[in-house]
Amino acid sequence: MTEEKALYNYLIRLGDNALILGQRLGEWCGHAHQLESDIALTNVALDQIGQARLLLSEAANLQGEGKSEDHLAFHRDEQDFRNNLLVEMENGDFGQTITRQFLFDVYQYHLLKAFCKSENDFLKAFAEKSIKEVTYHRSLSRDWMVRLGDGTENSHQKMQDAINLLWQYTGELFEMDESDEVLMEAGIVPDLSEIKSIWDKEVKTVIDEATLAIPDTRGFMATGARKKGEHTEYMGYILSEMQYLPRSMPDAKW
Amino acid sequence: MDEKKIYEILESVKDPEIPVLSIADLGILRNVEISEEGKLIVTITPTYSGCPAMDTIEKDILKALNSEGYDAEIKTSISPAWTTDWLTKKGRKNLEEYGIAPPAESTTDKSFLTGSHKELRCPQCKSTDTEMISHFGSTACKALYKCKDCLEPFDYFKCI
Repeated sequence: MTEEKALYNYLIRLGDNALILGQRLGEWCGHAHQLESDIALTNVALDQIGQARLLLSEAANLQGEGKSEDHLAFHRDEQDFRNNLLVEMENGDFGQTITRQFLFDVYQYHLLKAFCKSENDFLKAFAEKSIKEVTYHRSLSRDWMVRLGDGTENSHQKMQDAINLLWQYTGELFEMDESDEVLMEAGIVPDLSEIKSIWDKEVKTVIDEATLAIPDTRGFMATGARKKGEHTEYMGYILSEMQYLPRSMPDAKW
Repeated sequence: MDEKKIYEILESVKDPEIPVLSIADLGILRNVEISEEGKLIVTITPTYSGCPAMDTIEKDILKALNSEGYDAEIKTSISPAWTTDWLTKKGRKNLEEYGIAPPAESTTDKSFLTGSHKELRCPQCKSTDTEMISHFGSTACKALYKCKDCLEPFDYFKCI
């Protein structure tokens, strides 16, 4: 595999994670339990969409077929998306959204921190910009994890249910393939097993503080689904909502 | 190139969401140069990756320069990453008078990462007895605070 092809694959993964998570969080607009949380979740969504635009336009440039980030976002089919299953999971209640966000924020933060040392100029510049935003996301979701986990009996139970549900999707975040190996060799991306040990430690500290428990790791799912373009049943619904307008009216401008 | 004139034109372009800040005061205007064909190349940088005001800002810059007879092109650059350290002194003063508390510290001071803010002054009554209500405010670049003296909520321009 050429370095260019590997980088394209990698940018698509990062871009799809940001895009799908941004779309998911956007669903909260006007629905959160208080105005501040509504604004916070949609602000995080906006940052993710912004990051997705940067990543997918760089991927489109690399592809060199004259396509734009919009083409990649709106005109690819489900099996061509390479996001992690975690980000496409349902919002559920506020606690479930916060848990998904927390598990992902810690991952994204440390990944970006590693990209700040990347040999690839774009990835480095992207990370130095985005990490400032993600620092705020991580602080928001961490605060809520502790507040709800170490809250009432009801909030504690809901948070534990959310961890039990989402934990099995975290293994996939650290799966590596040939694209990772090619780019690791070139000093462009980090070894995800190193990110995993940092992630494990930080996530455990916060979950402990929140008086919650990490489920039995036998439920730790690492399926290679992403590599094959396999998704959960939720993905189709996300794409149909997100892609309907640009696909039915491809020349629409606003 | 009449640098003074061009600067005056660009100074007239404001952030559409915070109209007391010019793009120069905000630090998003990074560079102006002339291409070989005599075109002005204006380089700007987004505050946040998803800042929805960028398109409007680009259009406003082009409109302002074109109306004065300058042919211009906008370039967007994300590196070096925008930081609130680039807000000018005038920009900070204008923000506070407008009712938005300017960034209280420099990003070289890492306390902003841990959330332990230094003295944050209420833009209304100038009391420093203030507390954070929300990490996020009405736009990506702001957080929401409350003054415990005059009880007014206010926006804080986050330090990043």
